[in-house]
Amino acid sequence: MNNFQYKKEITVTTALEAVNSNENAAFIAGGTNIIDLWKYNITNPELLVDINGIDELRTIQELEDGGVRLGALVKNAATAYHPVIEKKYPLLSKAILAGASAQIRNMATDGGNLLQRTRCYYFYDPDVPCNKRVPGSGCPALNGRNRMHAILGNSEHCIAVFPSDMCVALAALEAVVNVMGPNGSRSIPFAEFHRLPGDMPHLDNTLQQDEMITSIDLPSNHLYKHYTYLKLRDRHSYAFALVSVAAAFEMDGNEIKKARIALGGVAHKPWRNTEAEEFLKGKTATADNFLIAAENVLFGAQGRGENDFKIPLARRAIVRACMMALNPETQRPGAGPSL
Amino acid sequence: MENKLLVGKPVSRLEGFEKVTGNAKYAAEYAAPDLLYGYVVNSTITKGKILSVDVSAVLELAGVVKVFTHENRPGLAWFDLQYADMDAPPGTVFKPLSDNKIRYNGQPIALIVAEDFETARYASTLLKFVFEEEPFDTLLTQNLEKARNPKKGMSTPLKPPPPKPKGDFEKAYKNAPFQASGDFLHATEHHNPMELYATTTVYEGEGKLTIYDKTQGTINNQLYVANVFGLKYKNVRVLAPYVGGAFGSGLRPQYQLFLCVLAALELKRNVRVVLERKQMFSFGHRPQVVQSLRFGANTEGKITAMNHSAVGETSKYEDYNEILVPWSHKLYPAANTLFEYKLAPLDLATPIDMRAPGGVSGMHAIECIMDELAYKLNIDPLEFRLRNYSDIDPSTQKPFTSKELRQCYEKGAEKFGWNLRNPKPASTIRGNKLVGWGMATGIWDAYQFPARAEAILTKEGKLEIHNATTDIGTGTLTVMTQIAADEMGLSLDEVSFYYGDSKKPFSMFQGGSAITASTGAAIVVAVKELKKKIIKKIKDIPDSPFKEIPEEEIVFRNGMVHQINQPNVFISFNEIIRANKNKVIKVTKLGGPDLIKIRKFSKATHSASFVELEIDKDLGTISVTRAITAVAAGKIINPKTAKSQILGSMIWGISKALHEETLLDQHLGKYMNANLGEYHIPVHADIPQMEVIFAEERDSVINELGIKGVGEIGMTAIPAAVANAIFHATGKRINDLPIHFEKLL
Amino acid sequence: MRSSPLWSIMLTVNRKDYELEILPWVSLLDALRDRLKLTGTKKGCDHGQCGACTVICDGQRILSCLSLAVMKNGSEITTIEGVANGSELHPLQKAFIEHDAFQCGYCTPGQICSALGMLTEGKAQTREEVKELMSGNLCRCGANAGIIDAIMEVKKGGDHE
Repeated sequence: MNNFQYKKEITVTTALEAVNSNENAAFIAGGTNIIDLWKYNITNPELLVDINGIDELRTIQELEDGGVRLGALVKNAATAYHPVIEKKYPLLSKAILAGASAQIRNMATDGGNLLQRTRCYYFYDPDVPCNKRVPGSGCPALNGRNRMHAILGNSEHCIAVFPSDMCVALAALEAVVNVMGPNGSRSIPFAEFHRLPGDMPHLDNTLQQDEMITSIDLPSNHLYKHYTYLKLRDRHSYAFALVSVAAAFEMDGNEIKKARIALGGVAHKPWRNTEAEEFLKGKTATADNFLIAAENVLFGAQGRGENDFKIPLARRAIVRACMMALNPETQRPGAGPSL
Repeated sequence: MENKLLVGKPVSRLEGFEKVTGNAKYAAEYAAPDLLYGYVVNSTITKGKILSVDVSAVLELAGVVKVFTHENRPGLAWFDLQYADMDAPPGTVFKPLSDNKIRYNGQPIALIVAEDFETARYASTLLKFVFEEEPFDTLLTQNLEKARNPKKGMSTPLKPPPPKPKGDFEKAYKNAPFQASGDFLHATEHHNPMELYATTTVYEGEGKLTIYDKTQGTINNQLYVANVFGLKYKNVRVLAPYVGGAFGSGLRPQYQLFLCVLAALELKRNVRVVLERKQMFSFGHRPQVVQSLRFGANTEGKITAMNHSAVGETSKYEDYNEILVPWSHKLYPAANTLFEYKLAPLDLATPIDMRAPGGVSGMHAIECIMDELAYKLNIDPLEFRLRNYSDIDPSTQKPFTSKELRQCYEKGAEKFGWNLRNPKPASTIRGNKLVGWGMATGIWDAYQFPARAEAILTKEGKLEIHNATTDIGTGTLTVMTQIAADEMGLSLDEVSFYYGDSKKPFSMFQGGSAITASTGAAIVVAVKELKKKIIKKIKDIPDSPFKEIPEEEIVFRNGMVHQINQPNVFISFNEIIRANKNKVIKVTKLGGPDLIKIRKFSKATHSASFVELEIDKDLGTISVTRAITAVAAGKIINPKTAKSQILGSMIWGISKALHEETLLDQHLGKYMNANLGEYHIPVHADIPQMEVIFAEERDSVINELGIKGVGEIGMTAIPAAVANAIFHATGKRINDLPIHFEKLL
Repeated sequence: MRSSPLWSIMLTVNRKDYELEILPWVSLLDALRDRLKLTGTKKGCDHGQCGACTVICDGQRILSCLSLAVMKNGSEITTIEGVANGSELHPLQKAFIEHDAFQCGYCTPGQICSALGMLTEGKAQTREEVKELMSGNLCRCGANAGIIDAIMEVKKGGDHE
């Protein structure tokens, strides 16, 4: 809740220059996360660079290879309801609509969604230790209230989970994040965008301080017929996932040609295990096979007490989501379990 | 009241227009010239003391006017009694900024006053405290050995200790052929009304204040401010015409009121203080409670032994207690009973009544044990309640002023289709979902407090009623207008009810489902008195046709005074006023329960709730699909607003059963989910199909109108009905609340 | 720290233009309530978790608490004060009164603005979908059933435009 300078920029280049002029500068787009964090005195920017006026980042564009490019400033709701997305990547629509509320989806941008911070209680309380907020200060969640916390990819420094729903679908769809920096652009495969906490939990992702997300590419695929996003949470809507599953298949009759499974609410990043997906390739779509895949995805999972339940829950959720993906029309508003 | 034209009618809320247009103003929304903004700073440690405060960076900030801490707090009243509001439990009332002691995490320790809100908020980050920390205890389950009997005090008559033991419980329980027992742990909950606690204090000059405050008791807070700050009662006016929900949290003055008034008096300026949502978790809450129950029954399905023992959490400085354990014996007869209630003082803020305090927690445990006992006896759970039904209060052997619980059971069961229930757990399946049906009984007291109402026949021949009560969303404005209009024989638009103002005649705080009976009864006696006065005046008019007519033959109808059955003998209110030299006619009258008559009776409202839910058999996720509550609460003044009260409290019941939990970190001694994102109250998508049935219940004893109150009764049966439905769906008894779905994996 | 300059912005609120000199860290919610004295828009959490501050901004329902006023320069905003046509209530407002869709009234402006936004979006057809797409607006009194009833009635009537 500190005072800050405000600047509006309308090109990527000038926006980058502006944000790189001050090491405590940040971009602001939808603002739904940074304003929240600023009001809790968790982030204290000296300069906010408003990038909403960069028109070139506000379009959804079909690519020549059949893929789609989402401009970083396209709103979550506009993405979810876009006819091309609904047709080619309905999994993404489902995942976006399972997150936050209609008002927030009208405000939040696709680029911003990738950069949201964890909802860990301890991260959100500036008066208690947190290695993510203040490196080296400690992690009270390890032996504290950790029902919402991670079971996969943990470190002894941090067990926070990444809260996005949209990104779970983007992980399953093998999206690519295009970023621009002072030295030009680069593309980051989605699996490499978010990182595990390790001994540097203050870093959520591999985006550099001086870079900006400009767009997200969705590669062409055939995962639009058999898909689902299943979200398990404490309310039927407007709550973060305890466990969520994005599942999508390419099928040949009852045989799986290609499988994608990603988990949300269980790790510091959307969790994917390609071995499990490989296992399902060529297999019949049965609950038994899905269970084997689920065990594979959850290999090495470890609870910290209150969140132990997430291991059996995730296992069952994967199986259910895979079954639901075979019949996506059964999916209900709010991404709750169906069948 | 011979012609009830409005009482009993589903009148839409009279303040509806103001509320749907945004014109309704709440405490933080009153404009005042040159208004200063106060921002509260709270302790970040749980226990210990403040060693030093550094305000220098704050005072350097342009726009900051003053920082109040314990170091510069002006000398004020120091007798504890002067801080004791009408709802203060036994103990030592917390006095903000009175010393350097930290009693709980989140305790207010400073107020920063600035020219605008943003500056005050930013300044709070620059204020530096040095603390000395001490070890603390905050988790009830770790401190049960500290439990002791509650202290007694002024509030004891309202919250008496549990009844004495009867018979020999231990022996009877041991010998009972059928037994059920269980331990129940309830999490902390916070009221979280949508409106943030706020006070706008208008400094009117020398020792005189007009205060817009979020409260359930205007007079309670007026007396508190006057006592603490040494002001004359008449110079302190507390207004709360609109209150954005409270649910008990406004029964006592909250600290923003104290701090706002302090700043206004010291600075001689208008000041506003609004709490943040996080700070809404820094005062009273529904306490953690641990309950142990053991019920025994004989082969006929009659209860022979009941034991209900509970330990609740309180603070180290006050003994908050609630009526938790005696409810079973107000419903069910048993020859051997043992009720115990103790408190464990912890380093937390004092709890405060929260919707159906004690009742909802106790009834959850009682009605779950009843369900379990019914299963052990192999009797339908509803049939088991009927076998133990009592027309009188078994705990006092007194008759009830009225009790139509049997009707609730019958009507609720019929509407729900209870007779179609297969009692076998996990017997009904829809796809991947296990279906469960559960029921439970609810009970709540029928309180009535003394209240005073002023009734005025205005120059325009209309009726004005004045009373200090608030309308916290209960529909009070509407029901009081209905009552007054019928009593006076006027239409709704000819009656104005003025309320939410400490200058008005006395009302207790609005709590315990008591206000409709309390202020309603006062209005009836005041209007009756006004009518008497009017009759006297019309008899004195020269050539009055009413001179020889006996009082009981004179009726008030359609804005006129008539002789009964003689429509041509009448005088209009306008003529009466003219005859009164164009002066208003007014009376003020105290109404209250007839204690001598009531003493021979027990009084209670009753309910029966029926719940259907679905549980995913693999994932455990719970969806409540249907809920019906049948209520016996005496005369329903307005079925529309009363239904809303019941529907709202049913949602509270579902929320308590499945959602609400303030997460305490016992190592840090603080609440970790002090926000509406992680403290879950139900969203629209959680709301099942719901129905409310009002039983016909005539009560000629309780008060003039037969009113019992509907604010809490709809909540009391729901948590047990939900838990029992979960048992029916899954065969699992989950006693601790809230029931998160992973417990069903 | 008052070094940041005041920004001159223009907001069109309820079809009326307001010129404001404002510091960049003032939220749209606080600008409406404290500067423009339009207190119909409510502050319930100030963190995007309750929906009480919902307004319609450039045709879309948004949360004014998570918006900086300076970033809404040039926007057209409808708050609850602009929903009725003078003293003639909008059908949704009438339906809220008829269905007793509020108790304390504090979440009501947000519920109504959110419902207006939802009806314009046109994505919810069934009652279940309406409940889902209205779930960003909390009601602590538990008036939920009345709120959804009121919205369904207006949806059916088709007179929300």
